[in-house]
Amino acid sequence: MDIIIIGLLLGGTYALMAMGLQLQYGVARIMNLANGEMLVAGAFGTFWFYSATKFSPLISLAVIVPLAFAANWAIYRVLITPLVRRAKSQGQLEVDSILATFGLSFIFVGGLLALFGGDYLSYSYLARPIFILGQPYGLNRVTAFIGALALCAGLYIWLHKTRAGLALRAVAVSPSAAGLVSINVPRASALAFALGGAVTAAGGSLLSIFLTFDASLGVVFTLKALVIVIMGGVSDIRGAIVAAFILGLAETIVASLVDPGLTLAAAYVLFIVILLIKPEGLFGRRSS
Amino acid sequence: MQRRNLLKLAAAGVVAGSLGLGTAQAADTIKIGVVGPKTGPLAGGAAITHFPNFMMWQKLVNDRGGLKLKDGQRKIELIEYDDRTSPPETIKAVERLATVDNADFIMPVYGTGFNLAAAPIFAKHDYPQLAQAFVTDQGPELIKRYPNLFIIQGPTKAFARDAIAVLKKLLDEKKIGNRVAVVNVADAFGIELANVARPLFKEAGFELVYDKSYPLGTQDLAPIVKGAKAANPDAFVAWSYPPDTFALLEQAKIEGLNVKAYYSAVATAFQGFYGKYGQLAENVLGAGGYEDTPAIRDYMKIHKQVTGVDADYWGSALYGSMLQVLEQSIEGVGSLDRKAVTAYIKSRTFKTIVGDMDLRNQQMTRVWTVGQWQNGFFQAVAGDGFTNYKPVILKNNW
Repeated sequence: MDIIIIGLLLGGTYALMAMGLQLQYGVARIMNLANGEMLVAGAFGTFWFYSATKFSPLISLAVIVPLAFAANWAIYRVLITPLVRRAKSQGQLEVDSILATFGLSFIFVGGLLALFGGDYLSYSYLARPIFILGQPYGLNRVTAFIGALALCAGLYIWLHKTRAGLALRAVAVSPSAAGLVSINVPRASALAFALGGAVTAAGGSLLSIFLTFDASLGVVFTLKALVIVIMGGVSDIRGAIVAAFILGLAETIVASLVDPGLTLAAAYVLFIVILLIKPEGLFGRRSS
Repeated sequence: MQRRNLLKLAAAGVVAGSLGLGTAQAADTIKIGVVGPKTGPLAGGAAITHFPNFMMWQKLVNDRGGLKLKDGQRKIELIEYDDRTSPPETIKAVERLATVDNADFIMPVYGTGFNLAAAPIFAKHDYPQLAQAFVTDQGPELIKRYPNLFIIQGPTKAFARDAIAVLKKLLDEKKIGNRVAVVNVADAFGIELANVARPLFKEAGFELVYDKSYPLGTQDLAPIVKGAKAANPDAFVAWSYPPDTFALLEQAKIEGLNVKAYYSAVATAFQGFYGKYGQLAENVLGAGGYEDTPAIRDYMKIHKQVTGVDADYWGSALYGSMLQVLEQSIEGVGSLDRKAVTAYIKSRTFKTIVGDMDLRNQQMTRVWTVGQWQNGFFQAVAGDGFTNYKPVILKNNW
């Protein structure tokens, strides 16, 4: 039982890393390789906020989320829009955006280094056990898990119950067809990109209560998010969430019952198996 | 960093040129090359242990007017390059410093593999390489091959051997039982330490009740700590790296992994570790440690004042001592003749903040290897060649 709970907690962690990228890639079609740096920026923001004010790191979300939203909106407008305009095809946009955001990730790392230095940043918050069914778990991990659930649920409901969400889903299915039914595609894409960035930063903020960060760590998170998003299928947010939990459970089961040294191997074997059986990902649609 | 320094250099060149000083200006400073990871996986450690020491040295030397040479005093100028935690970049940067920037001396690079990779370049251009953050068991062969290489760190096996000796002493005194849980990060230093340690534990009469590795960058150590706890150990040893060293302690507390002796390897000696955990970190054992002397306390205080970064309790004072050796040698020779400086280093012992430093055999013979947090100071409790070790204190429950 405790293996399942640890696995779910880890799945929540992974969901936080991947949901933002899913929105950016699934809707705006931007494969954002600077995703991990945005996550680290969120974590650093919270670290800074917590050490300066001593308020709960959770309160910092109120500042970080709008800031990240605005910053990502600006990034999309300034950096990505020209790429979208000049791209002749989906494939070209993906290649261009990969190159552009790869460059962007270096700018982010440089900026974080200049602002915060290269030192390890971490703090202690809610680092005490909470007992679930008689077993101890880190209260900070449980808190982040609840945060992840809230974000997942919020996004899912917003995407499925509101008009703006519907527009986003329409763009995810087919940008050209969405344009024909008078959806403002550039605007919807910008919204998805900014929202994705904000979700990623919120994820970093929640992760910072139990992970230790340094300015160069972003690429680790980008890689994990990439695996999860591809595994889940790019066009459906449920895919990323389900994939995150599957990965968390699989890694924990292997770590507990087989050998902790094989967790990475298990994760990638799972990734390959899923891609072999369903190349479009768990929730992906076969492209016509 | 690279570009910024190039710009700086270019700007300095323009200013110097416009003042009509030309190349005479450039010859007035002593150019010191610094290479290390500003980005990449090792950047976090280098930001604490590597770069600040050079910055502090430059400030202190220049404040007193520079290094005294036969033809007068000269100030130090640092030329920094980021190697992005990639050995090919390290090699390129060192080569560049030697051939393009014409650095007078080049500081050791950061990390075992990186120093090893750069050693042939240092040798080719006759730069003394006072290798730091360089932990290897190949020392004796390497110094034979590279007469300009000095190793200012203990060998890998010393760290494992001494940590186990500390536990063995507790075992012999019947303070702890013989059940040890060991985990290690599946990366260079972690693997080496674990491999060296395994037979040593058995020799010392310990039973390894849990012995697992985990991949670098593991985000959840709960299954490992749970497994270790289920094995009901008397002591816990982690051959770990910075992010997991931090995470393991937190997880051990959450899981209630209560042992009489708790050891984690790299980064336990960081002040940030104690800063984060405070009382919880008290009596935690780890790699490194300093003898509590006024000279070392001073070094750490000035380090913080000048650089804004907290020095660590493992490498920082060794870097400081190494720079003292270099400084005394350059002033002793009275010129920037690199071969003469290397010969000078090999010719005598030096007074430094960690005591007398003897590099005549190109290897430092005295090192601290195991430390323990005691009242906020990471006290040396074991090592080689020193005498004043603090007694080990048993750890209370979390």
